[in-house]
Amino acid sequence: MISELGHYSLVFVTIFSAIIILQSFKYVLSEQIVFKNNLYNLIFLQLFFIVVSFLCLLIAFLYSDFSNVTVYNNSHTSKPLFYKVSGVWGNHEGSLLLWLLVLILFLFLFILNSKKVDNKYKLLTVIFQEIIILGFLVFIIFTSNPFEYLFPVPNEGLGLNPILQDPALAIHPPILYLGYVGSSLIFSSSLAAVISNNVDSGWAKHIKKWVFISWIFLTLGIMLGSVWAYYELGWGGFWFWDPVENVSLMPWFCLTALLHSIVVLEKRNSLKNWTIILSIATFALSMSGTFLVRSGILNSIHTFANDPSRGLFILTFLFFLVVLAITILFIYFDKNETKSDNFFLISKESAVLVNNWFMMYFLSVVLIGTIYPIFLEVITNDKISVGAPFYHKLIVPFLIPFFIFMSFGPRLKWIKNSYKKINYKQILIFLITLLISFLIVHNSGVRYLFSIFLIAASIFLLISSFRDLFKKKIQFPQKISHLAFSILILSILINGIYSKEFNSNMRVGDQVKFMNKTITFKSINFYEEKNYRLLRGNFEINESGKNPLNFVPEIRIYNQPVISTSEADIKTTLLNDNFIVFSLLKEGEIFNVRYQYKPFMIWIWISVMVLAFGGTLAIIKK
Amino acid sequence: MKTTLKLITIFIIIVNSQNILHANDQNERLDKLTKNLRCLICQGQSVYDSQSDFALSVRDLIIKKIDDGDNDQEIYSYLKTKYGDWIMYEPQLGKNTILLWILPLILFIFGGLLIFRKAIIKLDKK
Amino acid sequence: MKNRNIKFFIISLLVIFIFTTLAIGLKKESTYTTENINIENIENFRSKELFSNELIEFTSLFDQNEKFIILNIWASWCLPCRSEHEFLMKLSQNSDIKIVGLNYKDNQENAKEFLKELGNPFEKILIDRKGLIAIEIGAYGIPETYLIDNYDKKIIKKYIGPIDKIKMEKIISILKL
Repeated sequence: MISELGHYSLVFVTIFSAIIILQSFKYVLSEQIVFKNNLYNLIFLQLFFIVVSFLCLLIAFLYSDFSNVTVYNNSHTSKPLFYKVSGVWGNHEGSLLLWLLVLILFLFLFILNSKKVDNKYKLLTVIFQEIIILGFLVFIIFTSNPFEYLFPVPNEGLGLNPILQDPALAIHPPILYLGYVGSSLIFSSSLAAVISNNVDSGWAKHIKKWVFISWIFLTLGIMLGSVWAYYELGWGGFWFWDPVENVSLMPWFCLTALLHSIVVLEKRNSLKNWTIILSIATFALSMSGTFLVRSGILNSIHTFANDPSRGLFILTFLFFLVVLAITILFIYFDKNETKSDNFFLISKESAVLVNNWFMMYFLSVVLIGTIYPIFLEVITNDKISVGAPFYHKLIVPFLIPFFIFMSFGPRLKWIKNSYKKINYKQILIFLITLLISFLIVHNSGVRYLFSIFLIAASIFLLISSFRDLFKKKIQFPQKISHLAFSILILSILINGIYSKEFNSNMRVGDQVKFMNKTITFKSINFYEEKNYRLLRGNFEINESGKNPLNFVPEIRIYNQPVISTSEADIKTTLLNDNFIVFSLLKEGEIFNVRYQYKPFMIWIWISVMVLAFGGTLAIIKK
Repeated sequence: MKTTLKLITIFIIIVNSQNILHANDQNERLDKLTKNLRCLICQGQSVYDSQSDFALSVRDLIIKKIDDGDNDQEIYSYLKTKYGDWIMYEPQLGKNTILLWILPLILFIFGGLLIFRKAIIKLDKK
Repeated sequence: MKNRNIKFFIISLLVIFIFTTLAIGLKKESTYTTENINIENIENFRSKELFSNELIEFTSLFDQNEKFIILNIWASWCLPCRSEHEFLMKLSQNSDIKIVGLNYKDNQENAKEFLKELGNPFEKILIDRKGLIAIEIGAYGIPETYLIDNYDKKIIKKYIGPIDKIKMEKIISILKL
């Protein structure tokens, strides 16, 4: 019953989509271009029905309605309420429904927010956005319907993969989608602006808000995924360069570049074509992310149910949109081309270009690294892996010039900057940072000289961004975000260099000496919980002159489906994280114990949140 | 700009006056090697992270090879003849991977040239 | 104008290239197997025999009579090994075929128990306590079955996963060639 309601609501949404596209076309082609109120109403109705549809699925999950295939496959009566709710989008079908909900919601908000803009531009944005919505509707109804029936109705569901039963991962997809879907709006609006010849500082001002919104959500979404990997996967890392992670990072680079170039367009009415290309690329990358994850073409830790026909649909749709965008760009290209578009070498404009340059480079490394194996296999039939060492080798060396440019960039003026021949103060600061970083790296025991450069450059960036805080000329949100970014980078680097870990097989009662610590495996206890059995280990770490630390990591053996997971116990302080995780070995009484010492871990999360907070300030300020 | 150049020069002088020393602990070497090897059983994990029988055996093998005095390259190429290039996370430069390594760098240089052209023209006009 | 058309042409070609490659890529298996990597020079390893406890060299497994030997990697704790066992038994009834077992990381008592229960198709069983022999011949999971040529000790064919009826018939047909 509830599934039927949900299904028919989806059909209504589709019908509305078609009507809105036709109506808008009619208005665009009419002599006096108007944006009539009935379009508002139609979009509102569309939003209403997609909300109904989403609620139906939610209710089906809450009441464990196993006549619904999606609920049956992904839920279980013994699952806690919170995960019943997050189970709605923890699967392929439901997550697409959420994706659609956000698509329509954003369009609605966009229209409400754009009362004063040019009608033709607004109508065209609606058309492009509705084409995207329609594409996803067709996709969901024909290949991944969340409301399919199951008969006879089973008594119990298959359950949600326990590795996904985690608070961070429960809110990770919705946040990430807000970012992805925001980029779809930027895509539609930039194409509309190109056709209606509106690419100017006014448009930049109008769309900037949406660029910031998607950027904030994408940033937070990536962070949540990373938090999940750190706490739940139990390998102690927070970034594995797994294809699925890379796929969310690619639009982020693009969006960060766009975030900077759109300001140039707003303030200087320049970089028009480049900004449009970035807008389109951001969305194309978000879409290819969906394609790469959903189609199962990548060999990764976390892929959704694999179905090549779904992959083919998204791929075709993606290429339809890309071809559409390229064609539109080429038809309307000349009108937007301005000849006097050059910059002075030392100016804020150039600094933004340098930012974009590095962002595009990082993007190309991640993009090529992620899809190269697919291309190689198709062309030569050879399979290779591209993992962390590749990305580190190609990205890390480039961080040094990037940080140095970033230290100077924000201080430059628009149009043209006069500069002193030699700035002794800067050199002095730089020498001090070199000394500091030498001491840091030297004491760490890692004697790679390269690290000295890297740390020096990032400390230099930190000092510069800190000094920028007191400069009046720079916008406040920018100061905050740049400072947060420099803290983030420094924490990641120090974390990478200073982290210590050991990995050994232990029995109850065993002791291991590591660095200046003694780690004791004291005892193990068994418990029965509602939906899993529990093995709780008890570890103690003794360090001379310090209070002993107690750790209680867990092994959970879930009953539905039967999967065992390891829950790390992490003691967090402002300076470092101590991390113990253990897992069952085949023999039963021996456990694999992994201890990790990770400095500045908490600062990685804090700085990302501050980074996003800076973005929020930028929206509020206007 | 000139300031930056000077700083970079200073940097290089400091670098050259230092000797590079490498950590040579066996355990660290084992960790480093296993982190670069991909497990064939749990294909998203490295041999270091995985607890599968295969990963455990590979660890034993590497310990044995280190004791025998094999260097990293020998250990990698031994495993590569057994399981193919796929087993290494770091693709080695070869005819299959030359584009993978070079293409991003080409794009970087190309992008730099574009920016330079855009910025420098105005400078000439002045 | 001309310049622009060329640009458009190049970009379109690129887009078509990417599209086709990804579409073909979709059909490829994304999990990696080593089925078509055949190792040519297997080092001459030695190991104990399960029942007789004597040290046996890899090369001494071969004699002049057969074209190749079948090397099967198994363990008593491995469930799919159970399902393939009946096919190994059938193969062993063929007098031209010689099957050698490699007992992988197993408890010896359990292994003997397993064979007592299901029958013993192996002419000899080598013990691989740490799994290093399995790596030497390029195995990574069990069960795996290898056809090793008698003449130059090369692996000519490998089957990853349990032997079933189809695989069994293939092995027999290779033998008849």
